[in-house]
Amino acid sequence: MIKKLAGSIRQYKAASILTPVFMLGEVALECVIPLVMKNLIDTMETADSIRPTLIYGGILLALAFASLACGMLSGHFAAIASTGFARNLRKDMYHKIQDFSFANIDKFSTAGLVTRLTVDVSNVQNAFMMLIRMAVRAPLMLIFSVVMTITVSPKLSIIFAVLVPLLAVAMFLLIRSVYPIYRKAFKRYDRFNESIEENVRGMRVVKAYVREDYEKEKFDKESNALRKIFTKSDGILMISTPLMQLAVFTAVLLIASLGSLLIVNTFGGFTIVNGVEIAQFGELSIGGLSSLITYTMQILFSLMMFAMVITMITMSLESARRITEVLEEKSTIVSPENAVKEVESGEIEFDAVGFKYSETAEREALSNIKLKIPSGSTVGIIGGTGSGKTSLVQLIPRLYDVTSGSVKVGGRDVREYDVETLRDAVAMVLQKNTLFSGTVKENMRWGNENATDEEIVYACKLAQADDFVSAMPDGYETHIEQGGANVSGGQKQRLCIARAILKNPKVLILDDSTSAVDTHTDAKLRAAFREGLKDTTKIIIAQRTASVEDADEIIVLDDGKISAVGTHDELLKTSEIYREVYESQNRQGGQDNE
Amino acid sequence: MNKDMKKPVRKKGAMKRLLAYALKKHRAMFAVIIITIIFSSMASISSSIALKYIVDDIITPAIHSGGMGAVWDKFIGFIVTMGCVYFVGIAAAAAQAQLLNLMTQQIMTDLRCDLFAHMQKLPIKYFDTNNHGDIMSIYTNDIETVRQLISQSLPQVLLSGIMIVMLFFVMLSYSIWLTLVVLAAVTVMILVAKYVGSRSGKHFMRQQKSLGVVEGYIEEMMQGQKVVKVFNHEKKAKEGFDERNDKLFDDAAKANRYANILMPILGNIGNIMYVLVAFVGAVLALTGAFNVSLTGVGVLEVGTVVSFLTMGRSFSMQVSQVSQQVNFIALAQAGSARVFALFDEKTEPDDGYVTLVNAEIDADGNITETSKRTGVWAWKHPHGDGTTTYTRLTGDILLDDVDFCYEEGKPILKNIDVYAHAGEKVAFVGATGAGKTTITNLINRFYDIADGKIRYDGININKIKKADLRRSLGIVLQDTNLFTGTVMDNIRYGRLDATDEECKAAAALAGADSFITRLPDGYDTMLTGDGANLSQGQRQLLAIARAAVADAPVMIMDEATSSIDTRTEQIVQQGTDRLMKGRTVFVIAHRLSTVRKSDVIMVLDHGRIIERGSHDSLIAKKGQYYKLYTGAFELD
Repeated sequence: MIKKLAGSIRQYKAASILTPVFMLGEVALECVIPLVMKNLIDTMETADSIRPTLIYGGILLALAFASLACGMLSGHFAAIASTGFARNLRKDMYHKIQDFSFANIDKFSTAGLVTRLTVDVSNVQNAFMMLIRMAVRAPLMLIFSVVMTITVSPKLSIIFAVLVPLLAVAMFLLIRSVYPIYRKAFKRYDRFNESIEENVRGMRVVKAYVREDYEKEKFDKESNALRKIFTKSDGILMISTPLMQLAVFTAVLLIASLGSLLIVNTFGGFTIVNGVEIAQFGELSIGGLSSLITYTMQILFSLMMFAMVITMITMSLESARRITEVLEEKSTIVSPENAVKEVESGEIEFDAVGFKYSETAEREALSNIKLKIPSGSTVGIIGGTGSGKTSLVQLIPRLYDVTSGSVKVGGRDVREYDVETLRDAVAMVLQKNTLFSGTVKENMRWGNENATDEEIVYACKLAQADDFVSAMPDGYETHIEQGGANVSGGQKQRLCIARAILKNPKVLILDDSTSAVDTHTDAKLRAAFREGLKDTTKIIIAQRTASVEDADEIIVLDDGKISAVGTHDELLKTSEIYREVYESQNRQGGQDNE
Repeated sequence: MNKDMKKPVRKKGAMKRLLAYALKKHRAMFAVIIITIIFSSMASISSSIALKYIVDDIITPAIHSGGMGAVWDKFIGFIVTMGCVYFVGIAAAAAQAQLLNLMTQQIMTDLRCDLFAHMQKLPIKYFDTNNHGDIMSIYTNDIETVRQLISQSLPQVLLSGIMIVMLFFVMLSYSIWLTLVVLAAVTVMILVAKYVGSRSGKHFMRQQKSLGVVEGYIEEMMQGQKVVKVFNHEKKAKEGFDERNDKLFDDAAKANRYANILMPILGNIGNIMYVLVAFVGAVLALTGAFNVSLTGVGVLEVGTVVSFLTMGRSFSMQVSQVSQQVNFIALAQAGSARVFALFDEKTEPDDGYVTLVNAEIDADGNITETSKRTGVWAWKHPHGDGTTTYTRLTGDILLDDVDFCYEEGKPILKNIDVYAHAGEKVAFVGATGAGKTTITNLINRFYDIADGKIRYDGININKIKKADLRRSLGIVLQDTNLFTGTVMDNIRYGRLDATDEECKAAAALAGADSFITRLPDGYDTMLTGDGANLSQGQRQLLAIARAAVADAPVMIMDEATSSIDTRTEQIVQQGTDRLMKGRTVFVIAHRLSTVRKSDVIMVLDHGRIIERGSHDSLIAKKGQYYKLYTGAFELD
């Protein structure tokens, strides 16, 4: 997982390395400063002039400025490295998603993918910044400080040799015990937020059924459960604060008392220089004691930082895992090697096709489908909710792969084609279709990037969209809002059809794409297809029998199987399902047959 | 944190309200926490004092007298005293951490529950006019900033504040000169923090905006991801994304840069100050200059300078700790302003006093109230003189010359007269925006009419308690909303005390039984994400089953079968017809086969009823309905 994510650092490798390098400088300087301080204090006590103080002071100032420079540079590079890493992660994920097949898209929900691209990336970004700044700083600080304490007083540094591992073990145990609780807590928190969203979205239902109190109760219960689990996890984590203090205070007390004993017991008396008493310190000086205390703070502070980094990184692991899941997802549909780059004709053949949406699904969505559709013909598909109409046509542009059998377009198995070639030849107007924010023209160019204005108008005329587009104030330059919110359902469907026609496809599939179009326009649309798209194979899924009654062939699907095939008139005689559908729409008991 | 900064919310006072809210129930606990903070900060400060004491009063005399002997008692006393002080400090820190955690979690829970409870009482209008993502972000982002404030910023500021005050006085007691040096450095620190902070704040705002743009792009493109695939539009989609993503990177890098350099700058100003103090201290000590302190006037000793240094360092560290919190506090201010803006939304008013009761009718037509479900309902009408009358609920609904608008000056309905006689099936047809759904919104008082009257069994609906009014109306909406839970739970939502058998019977009635039994776990199948694993048609069947189990005396079906194929729809219709026999039903549909069997059909156009009558009479009239029916006219 780490390796996969690290692959997204790329051009920010230099910044990612420079950050800890400058951090190293900053930490080194920060550690040297108290050492120089010790010398300064010691010279202050022994020397009688201001000169040594000035020299040491000067050195100290220079060091502080150097440390400032290092700190700023490290901060600068850290910002670039972490935000750059995040940028690459988003980019890699988004590009990966573009390669996803329908099956891949179904696996992740839209909301799930959005969260991964935003919240999860920013969690990882923060953890990464923490990693390159603090994860270097903390151990370096620890090592430097420990080394310094050894140089100041090897005897007293034994205190740390005992305390530091003890504290480290304690912190480790703490984090290890709290991590599983946090994982549970955050999962619960996600579900909790989903339930609020559900309530907000379903407010009409809540109010219509007067379920406000019921919802409140449900919420209170959930939110108290959440409180309990977070009180527990945070409570455990918060033990670290007094634990840290215990370590700090123990260290300070030990150093202060043992240190003073050491100073006094190894004191070498006074020498008189120029009439001034100069103390001859043994193993430890007063200045040494002071800097030891400073190092104590630094050691324990770095341990605390270390613990924080580990906590943060472990908390971001879940996000990292979710990102890796996207990055590692293999597209279930890829073009084969030596792919065929040309589709010969719009002839379609289904050979004993079986299809399931997932391997684990018990029931086949389609079973044993055998079909042959000649190039240029018009085929209607009729069937009830869940009968497999959409599943059937989605196999043609290879939006999904068959589970058994094969689908052929232009005489070749769809899996032999280059996917882009195949989809350029097979245009599909989806049931859940959408327009994108932009002008009508921009939306049309989705079908063909280089379409001329004439071609666009022609396609719209065929799709019976030209009339209303021309009537709009800005005509083809009219701005379409996100999802096509400012055109009616019927208009949107016709625009989507025009967009598909612009591809000049060999096969055109309409998946219930004229449901909001009135019967009159629907009929005109079909007439235009007959005239304008002679060579294109047209497959029309419809709820209304009127939409398919003039097709060359109508397929009646029932429960994933072909129940009947024939023309309108034939099916009225042979297919009970077709007749029932027809009657439910056309003559209720016969009495209102005008 | 919030991408939506457009909305002007009054930030002023929000913080005050938040603190008042937070402390309302937790005064005692908060007082204890403050005491623990004082104790633990005293323990921290005593470390610096201890150093001075041990240098001046123990080590110095000891080396002058040649051994510890003379100061041994003092030394032991020191260890014992410090041990005790530290013990108290640790105990205080432990208590503080746990109490603070308890209090924060309790406040968060209370805040969430109160907010949610308040939200349940808001009118539908609030949910129709506010972006749902925005409402959600109050519960997530905004409340998170509050948590940050209460659990971290507030105690940190309190702790640092107490430490700063104490350290200040201790420093003054050592040397006024040195304190002045520290103060000068701290002033510089504050100025720098303010400058860098405002810079980083500005860029963080930009980052949030760019993030919003990226999110918007992802959201839109992802909704149409399958269209992208079908049109081989992946490359373009990538290009569009990269452009927006790069802009986000630019802003994020800048914002983080400013945030990152603040700490090293403040830290090193601290270092420089350390040097200056040492230098000034050294000069003062060496030259034997006059030292002025709170404790008097004298000569500055080296030991004083040494421990002053530690203190000066703590002082500057506390100041930079507080500066670090400034950003969080500003965020919490904006967050709590949005939280309280939701609290300030006006709840749905309800002046109704007529209630709905189950009733029994004896042979003489007298109505008596009962607690059993009898299938007969009555309106209980208390009067000013203390008497109560009962009116039988028959489902006679009358809209008399009703006008309505969602927005001032944009009338949606004009002079609407609708009369639904008891037991009738009334249908509304008309284009999108003609006002069909609006009429049902008025009947159940999701919205209130601007002018005219609505009477329900002769009672003005404003007199009926909203909850009872709505309980009397079973509504199935076009956009079905299901809740996380089993299929059974979702059906039972219609009537919480319904038995499993009643739920199953309702499902069978709605024609949903056959698909439910084919689900992996039948009625126990878990639905998640608004029933994402069901087709739109199946979800509609469940919504109808939910309404069927509620068994309300009047039913409103708003495009309730739009995604169900016409064959299944017939099954559903037979079921609901059986259920609603003799009861009033309102049907809104776009498919004419759905409304054909209604007793009365009303054709709406631009907020007016332009035709009304039975299917046969309207066809005979050859008006608008006829045109719709024959397909000469497009409906949407």
